This record gives sequence, C-alpha cells and structure tokens, in this order.
Amino acid sequence: MPSLQSLRRKIAAFKNTQKITKAMKMVAAAKLKRSQDRILAARPYAHKMRGVLRNLSQRVNRSAHPLLQKRAGRKVEILVVTSDRGLCGGFNGNIVRKSAEFVRQCEAQGLSVNLSIIGRKGRDYFRRRSWAIRQEWTGVFDKLSFEHAIDIGGDLTENFVKGTFDELYVVYNEFKSAIQQRVIVEKLFPIDTDVEFGSDQNLPHDSVLGGSYLVEPDEGELLSALVPKHFQIQAYRILLESAAAEHGARMAAMDGATRNAGQLIKKVTLYYNKTRQAAITKELMDIVGGAEALK
Amino acid sequence: MAGKILLEVVTPEKLLLSQEVEEVIAPGSEGEFGVLPGHCHFLSSLRIGELRYKSQEVWRYMSILWGYAEVTPTKVTVMAEVAEKAEDIDVGRAQQAVELAEQRLLAGGLPSEVKDAQISLEKARLRKKIADRAKHGHS
Repeated sequence: MPSLQSLRRKIAAFKNTQKITKAMKMVAAAKLKRSQDRILAARPYAHKMRGVLRNLSQRVNRSAHPLLQKRAGRKVEILVVTSDRGLCGGFNGNIVRKSAEFVRQCEAQGLSVNLSIIGRKGRDYFRRRSWAIRQEWTGVFDKLSFEHAIDIGGDLTENFVKGTFDELYVVYNEFKSAIQQRVIVEKLFPIDTDVEFGSDQNLPHDSVLGGSYLVEPDEGELLSALVPKHFQIQAYRILLESAAAEHGARMAAMDGATRNAGQLIKKVTLYYNKTRQAAITKELMDIVGGAEALK
Repeated sequence: MAGKILLEVVTPEKLLLSQEVEEVIAPGSEGEFGVLPGHCHFLSSLRIGELRYKSQEVWRYMSILWGYAEVTPTKVTVMAEVAEKAEDIDVGRAQQAVELAEQRLLAGGLPSEVKDAQISLEKARLRKKIADRAKHGHS
C-alpha cells in the first residue's frame, strides 16, 4: 500500500498537470479564434482564384505560360504540411501516415517521389527515417504572414519551371470546424481541370468548352502576373488551413487531457481518503485495545 | 430585360458581394467595360477605379484598387486587391486622405515617393468620389 504522503504528492502532481493542460487549452482557444477568422476570410478569394485558373487553363494554350504546362514526366513531389509544435492529438500523426501511404502508392506506380516539408514535426519524423527531403520550412506558424506564402509559392513555382518535379501534391489538414480536421491530398501542379480530392464541392464549373477567352491586356502579360499569384494565394490558404486546424486539434487534445487529469485526481483522491480512513480506524482500534487491556 | 448575371466580388479579406445584377461596369486596365447577361468569356486585369452595378434598376458603386475580373455569360467574378462598397466609405476620412495625399505630392521628394503619393492621391480621390455618390442619393 502506498504511503499517504506519496499519494498526496501524486495528487499534487496531477493537479499541476491539469493546470498546464487547462492553460494550453485556453491559449489554443484564443489562437483558434484568430486563425479561424483568417482562414474563413481568405477562403472565398482563394477558391475563386482557383476557379478562374481552371477555366483559364482550359481556354488558353497551356504552353502560353511555363507554369501552366502539363508534362508527361514521372517526378512527383509531395508537400507535407505539419505543425511546429506537438501536443495536438493526432494532427501530425494523421498527416505523416497519409503522406507515407501516398508516397508508397506513387512509388508502386513507378514514379519517383520527393518530399518537401513545412513544420518541424514532419521534418523530424521523415528525417529520423532518413527519407530524402528536398526543401523544408520550419517556424512559419509562429508568425504566419503572406510573406511565407510568397516564399513557399516562389520556391515551388521555380522548381516546377526548372523541372525538379512534374507534379506536386500537398498533404495538409483542412480546418473543418473547431473540433474537426480533415486530411486532404490536393494536387497543386499542374493545374488540373478535373475535380480533385479537395473539399470544395461547389466550384462553379461551366462545362461550355471551346471558344477562346478574350483577354485584356495581352495574354502573356496577364498570365505572368496572375499565375504566380495564384500559387502564392493557394500556399497562403493552405498555411492558414493548417494553422487553424492545428489550434483546433490542440484545443481538443488539451480539453481531453484536462478531463482525464480530473478523472485521475478523483480516483486517487478517493483512494487517498480510503487509506487515510483505514489508518485512523486502525489507530482507534489500537487505542481501544490498549484501554481494554488496562482495565 | 430578362437576364441576370451573378456578380461576385472577393478580396483577400473577404467575400464582399454575391448578388444577381442586371448590368456591371468595371474599370479594366485598358478602359472601362460593361457587362450584360450573355457576355462572352473575358478576363481582364483591373486598375484603380469605380465598379458600378445595376440591381433592381438602381445603380450601386464600389471602389476597386487593382485586381482581376473574369466574365462568363452568367457570371462576373471580381478578384480585387482592395474593394469597398460606397456606403462603407467614411466621407470625412476620405476627404482627409485626399488632402494628405495632395500635401505629400506637393512636398515632392524622390521619384519613387512622388509616384507613391500620386497613387495614394488617385486612391483617395476615387474613394471620395464614390463616397459622395452614395451620399447624394445616386445609389
């Protein structure tokens, strides 16, 4: 039987843990609110942009701009979006599992696969398993701004043009609601006209094909401004999705942890009281026994 | 006239407008263009200017600072860097901004500064104009 003192210590330790998880939950909730507002505000623009680009790539000659090309190459790159910090439940686990599965699928088809990674957690995971990582970005979620998206979008477009990869898929957590995330595999390069694994069901997609676009100012000028921008916007959207999802996941995980700590405290406290009562009863018996003996 | 087109205006900050309208006039980079239902497919960049749309026989105004517009026979999608509805613009502040920009322009300086000042003056004047429109019952 553990001593009363060690039980007291245990209870105190659980209480401390609970305090910490509770505080983390509060912090995550506050951050969630902010990042949720950001992603909800950014979504319509990004989705419209994608719609326009899809229509556009059906209508213009795809060789008109290097970023619109469709190559028959066999080099695939996967951009894995994880978080920088842990303690957020299955957030990162789901992503790396899905990524690894996707990599195996691609390899089974005889494609060569490269990884680039956003977030410390994913980098550590794949590095430990010594997978080849082409590019990594860490610490972007501390202060997420459009600059990061320009940076990431710029690197991706540059490498697509250079031919480092022919197709790029992004694996990320989509923010569904404060307590729900969904792992999404989305094709970013080349721009596809058919529907992807992604979420937006309601993309207006008019099927009237053919008939070229009237473009103003001239096509080349417009494309060279619009297309790189599209990729920046999409990178930004994905970062925001992931950030909001991360805070949501952390909040849920910490809520669970707080509740579990509460249950443990209850259980140990009950045991402590029982033990204490037993000790008192035993002492009383001793005293009564002693008094009896003196009679 | 029977037909209607869906006008959607989005900025990186939010979805500003999504409405069925009868006619749209937008500030294309090569000049204003008007869109009626059944317009052919068209894609244009936008400059600083005024976007007008007619809904239920009433013209409404909106300021647009750069962006793109995609036109299909049934829909106009405007992706603006910055956009504001006329009724959301504060006339007093717009007037102040005009004055401030004028002062900056007069103060001169490096060519890049002058250019900046010109652009902000243009922006400020546009917002002022549109705010006035809303006020004087045009809309």
